[in-house]
Amino acid sequence: MDRTPVIVGIGLSEYPVAPDLDGVQHHVLAAQRAIADAGIEKSMIDGYVNAGGGGGMMVDDAVTMAEYLRIDHKYIDGTMTGGSSFEFHVQHLAAAIRDGLCDTALVTYGSDQLSRMGRRLGTGGFQRAGQRVAGPIQYEAAYGNSLVGSYAMHAMRHMHEYGTTSEQLAEIAVGIREFAMLNPKAMYRDPMTVDDVLNSRMIADPLHKLDCCAITDGGGAFVITTAERAKDLPQDSIYVLGAAGGQTHWNVSQQPDFTTSAGAKAAPIAFGQAGLTHDDVDMLMFYDSFTITCLILLESLGFVKPGEGGPFVAEGNLKRGGKWPLNTDGGGLSSNHPGMRGIFLIIEAVRQLRGQGGESQVPDCEVALAAGSGGWLSCIGVAILGRSHP
Amino acid sequence: MTAEVRTVEEWTKPLPQLDGVSTEYWQAASEGRLLIQQCPKCGHKQWYPRALCTACAADPEWLECSGRGEIHTFTVVRQYGAKPFRDELPYVIAMVQLEEGPMIMGAVTDIDPDAVRIGMAVEVYFVKAADDVGIPYWRPV
Ligand SMILES: [Zn+2]
Repeated sequence: MDRTPVIVGIGLSEYPVAPDLDGVQHHVLAAQRAIADAGIEKSMIDGYVNAGGGGGMMVDDAVTMAEYLRIDHKYIDGTMTGGSSFEFHVQHLAAAIRDGLCDTALVTYGSDQLSRMGRRLGTGGFQRAGQRVAGPIQYEAAYGNSLVGSYAMHAMRHMHEYGTTSEQLAEIAVGIREFAMLNPKAMYRDPMTVDDVLNSRMIADPLHKLDCCAITDGGGAFVITTAERAKDLPQDSIYVLGAAGGQTHWNVSQQPDFTTSAGAKAAPIAFGQAGLTHDDVDMLMFYDSFTITCLILLESLGFVKPGEGGPFVAEGNLKRGGKWPLNTDGGGLSSNHPGMRGIFLIIEAVRQLRGQGGESQVPDCEVALAAGSGGWLSCIGVAILGRSHP
Repeated sequence: MTAEVRTVEEWTKPLPQLDGVSTEYWQAASEGRLLIQQCPKCGHKQWYPRALCTACAADPEWLECSGRGEIHTFTVVRQYGAKPFRDELPYVIAMVQLEEGPMIMGAVTDIDPDAVRIGMAVEVYFVKAADDVGIPYWRPV
């Protein structure tokens, strides 16, 4: 029996604004759509994976949601590495499917972040005045750092070491915006120039407002099974060719090197499993919480050498029609970012590999690489997906 | 070294929840002393303080620092939603590379935020946030 792991179903809930859905409903709607897309019976699902973290008023952790969905699982995983959780899930599920721990698994995510919290997430409100803060964050909490500030410190150091410029970072946002303009559902669809990015207000030096991702609602789900079972299912099989992850720190004050990421360790493992090189990759889905996130992923995953990312993106290599088109759904920067975007990287990569990309379809898309970043460039998960049986 | 310890009328920012390891760190800071840890077995130095040496798992010991270092990276926070930080914008968050080696997070004050640069030499001072808690801050030398 061929137990090669295959993604056979994908589903999105509603985005970017869905005031009528709570976080759990996002999980459910995405799951319903992924199950329908896969053409399976719900009763076939015997594995469930969910990082939680997006339920808002309701609890949406793995065991609560397994109960809510009534999944009779023999494999469950609640791994939470922030936004990269879903790339780690692919890693874990590839092994679980191969080893026979389960045959057909469902991964879900849902968040009503925008409708519930508004747009404050990136710039404050983590700690309240006078509050006692426990654990390692006690060493950071007194200073009023923001989520944006943590990424900004990466950008500042990268600029210092390599001469990377704000113009080069802006090129990343502009290229992704061009894809968002092809996505009718994207949060931001107006044409945007490098100057627009540079002229947007500074949030935390050197990151401008338009270097930062959108804040939206949204949910996603995918179904993974064996190549054997996939033969009878309607969608093209999308194979998991390689998946790996790594962690350098969690809290940003423990980042050992502000110019790189754990992708430097994970990528060679994933490429080794796939038996592929960077030149075999046709498109990229990177976690674009901020422009600098993409640049550091590009370099640390080995697509270019450290320090060469800035000039490389300025040449248009990540744009539509470029060498490695990046974030064809419009990314977190322009389309949707409900808090933990990693599941959308997998879903859009599958859509492209199936040839269902519509106007943003990457021609002859055979291999896609999704790289999630969780925390503050802390936990990096890499998944390489492809059309051909490994 | 014993660095300046400033007092404020009322501390309105988050406070550390003292635990088995951090109690001594915050107490020393309230007295003007910056502590990191050094491992007696392998020599590894680390911040923040932990119950083990992250290099070899032995029990670390306290090491009192000179209180000097240089800015490794920083940002100027220009937007923040919550008080009291909102009222202090813009302000500088930095990673400071200590003379002893490890990096520590802090805020840089006593300087125009636009004048802060990577590589700038800084020294520690403390703000007394509670009887047993001093918060390290940094200023240009
Ligand atoms: Zn040691």
